[in-house]
Amino acid sequence: MKTIKTCVTALISALLVFSPVAYADKWSDQFPHIKATGDIPGDCSYESMSKKNYKGKTLKINTHAVPVMGEPTALHAEQFAKLTGAKVDVTHTPAGDLYAKAMVPFQAGQAPYDIVFGFSNFINDWRRYLEPVPKKYVEMKQMKDVTPSHIGVASWDGVMYQFPVDGDRHYLKYRKDVIDNPEYQKQYKEATGKELKVPTTWKEYGEMAAYFNGWDWDGDGEKEYGSAEVMKKDDLMYAAFYSRSAAYSKNPKTPGGFFFDLETMKPLINNPGFVEALTDWVAATKYVPPGGINFGLGDEIGSFGGGQTLFSFSWDDAFVAAMQPDSPINNKVGAAQLPGATKVWNRKTNSWDEGFNQAPFFVWGWAVGVAKKSKEKEMAFDYLCFFANEANHQADIGIGRFGVNPFRNDDFKVDVWTQIGWDKDIAQSYVDTLAQMEQSKNRVFPLRVPGTFEFNAALATAAAKALAGQLSPQAALDEAAKQWEDILNRVGKDNVRKAYAVGVAMEDNKQ
Amino acid sequence: MNFKHKFVFLFPGLFVLIGILIFPIIFTIRLSLSGWNSYTPEMNFIGITNYIRLFTDDPRFWESFFRLSFLSVTTVILQYVIGFALAMMVWREIKFKRFFRVIFLVPMMTTPVIMTVIWRTFFHESLGPVNDLLGGLGVKPILWLSDPVIAKFTVIIVEVWQWTPFMFLLLLAGLLSLPKEPFLAAAIDGASPFRKFVYVTFPLMAPISIGAIIIRLIEASKIMDTVFVLTSGGPGTATETSSFYIYIKGLREFQMGYAATLSFTYLVIMIISLTIIAKVLTKLMIKE
Repeated sequence: MKTIKTCVTALISALLVFSPVAYADKWSDQFPHIKATGDIPGDCSYESMSKKNYKGKTLKINTHAVPVMGEPTALHAEQFAKLTGAKVDVTHTPAGDLYAKAMVPFQAGQAPYDIVFGFSNFINDWRRYLEPVPKKYVEMKQMKDVTPSHIGVASWDGVMYQFPVDGDRHYLKYRKDVIDNPEYQKQYKEATGKELKVPTTWKEYGEMAAYFNGWDWDGDGEKEYGSAEVMKKDDLMYAAFYSRSAAYSKNPKTPGGFFFDLETMKPLINNPGFVEALTDWVAATKYVPPGGINFGLGDEIGSFGGGQTLFSFSWDDAFVAAMQPDSPINNKVGAAQLPGATKVWNRKTNSWDEGFNQAPFFVWGWAVGVAKKSKEKEMAFDYLCFFANEANHQADIGIGRFGVNPFRNDDFKVDVWTQIGWDKDIAQSYVDTLAQMEQSKNRVFPLRVPGTFEFNAALATAAAKALAGQLSPQAALDEAAKQWEDILNRVGKDNVRKAYAVGVAMEDNKQ
Repeated sequence: MNFKHKFVFLFPGLFVLIGILIFPIIFTIRLSLSGWNSYTPEMNFIGITNYIRLFTDDPRFWESFFRLSFLSVTTVILQYVIGFALAMMVWREIKFKRFFRVIFLVPMMTTPVIMTVIWRTFFHESLGPVNDLLGGLGVKPILWLSDPVIAKFTVIIVEVWQWTPFMFLLLLAGLLSLPKEPFLAAAIDGASPFRKFVYVTFPLMAPISIGAIIIRLIEASKIMDTVFVLTSGGPGTATETSSFYIYIKGLREFQMGYAATLSFTYLVIMIISLTIIAKVLTKLMIKE
């Protein structure tokens, strides 16, 4: 008996000493942010970072305003400082100014920040000022788990310039408690003769949103509305428009460009596919909440996440916010791929191809790089590696306001989400949606060419004019196409074509 | 006697003038002749290409300029009328005069960006208190920020609220400095308060009124923070002003060369138009 007791005690002691969980507890006591997992061993784990000594050195970071990406940047900076002895200065900047705040010193040959946060579609303009991610980080275990799509988004011509910390895509979010409600299914059928189900086309989306607009369908005493969308000009609305356009314009039978025809570099954004999408979008102004035409991303997250609308489509943040324990619609939402269309424009035959078409949009994602002129490159890459280590990443993706979304294969496992309180079927629908997007062969990637900002701003201005009723959808997109031609002439068609070819190769599944 | 050495004493002031006024203008002109942008970050020389683009192919700038003219003239007229009325009110001997003088100045002392955020919350169509209150009175929600016409008036409301105190301050200072004799003479002649205002107060206040209006017009023509926070120029381009458009071109799209062209052109237009406005106001308001 004594021998058995001794063996059991020894076994338990050995487990406590050598198991990763016990090992990690030491760190989760100090850093409660990772209390769910503890430290997870790796090259950039808490344990590994604690062995670095950056005392007397200062790391300067320019990141987004709190909370989206700004809050995790500051949190991990504080942790990194405690572990390594470094001083970390974090500057928070509004989204619209991130580009210029880095570009002005970049162009002047200065490096006021060692690390700059931005969006992954900045890559073409920024890459000449960024240090490529060193081989030792590219080959780390945590990097090997990043999905090929997001490695592609962070890289240019096979060189990784942006350290993956986030993975973004647009997908549909809906109120599961309404769509799955038999009473409402019956009521909807009687009123419209159609089935109430997760919409698979934008037309269905519009019909359901219009039906569930302007009345109290969840019994909370407040009116609810059809859809919350990012419609505010200069607040990422161009991305929402591309999401609505993909199904009508990304034809798998006509490879060679979604935004431009790669051969001729003719802008495609005023073709009937895009016009159809904009016409749908103008109709959507009738089923968004009052003031919805001015909703930026924060408003959209707050509106859908707060239970105000039936549908929404954009980044993960609204979905994750809705699934947090303190949300009024916790475990009442579902995820699905972006709606499709029953026809898609064929630019070769100049006609519609009939039949269902769907195209996921990989939007971009938060991206971060290290300035080429930084004097603290090693420390900067260590910080980024620490930011995205397994323990931090798992904790970050469960907090909606952080804006850190799945980009690793491990994130597509149901357990990751059920562990933080999600219902199993909702977690399943979420990971299935993300996985299907990864597997799709008809994907759209963001425009990443010289002058990206000009192209997107011209498109956003034109779309905003259509939404405000200042121009018809066709006239608005003709105006945008004309401006795209002007920008092409200024930047040089060949310059744009060369850069655009990289994205087209990804869309055409050649990379 | 040779007094040439006296010019040495002018140099410090001259250097400062060149450094803070002349150099930025010359640099802006030079930048406007370049194609500096995100993909060509250099001071190359492209002649007057940017100016040709502005005058032949950029209706959005001119639309924003005419919109700005409407917004600034309307807000300044309203500020003048309300500011004058408030100044007249506390110029007289009334109860709590000092209290009112301070209260009327409060909006001007607040930070415009912060106050605009608060106004945006007030006017939020689905969550803001203004539509809630109107709803309580049976009025349908008003699209304060989403309707292209109403959004302009929302910008005007916020601007008038923020800057009327400035007009009030200048006009009150003017009223307090007026001589007493003309008012005594008018009183002896038995002039009514209305006639006193029309024939004594208003003419005597004309010079300071012109100064106040011109100062406010200069400031109003730079309106940026209110538009930026309240509407971002939307819906569509319905509230986009020149300075906001220049900001978009320069710091959002990073077309530095073209933004410099817009800035310099805007500066020239403003100098000319404000000079004309000052002359017209002088002619209208000051009788010889």
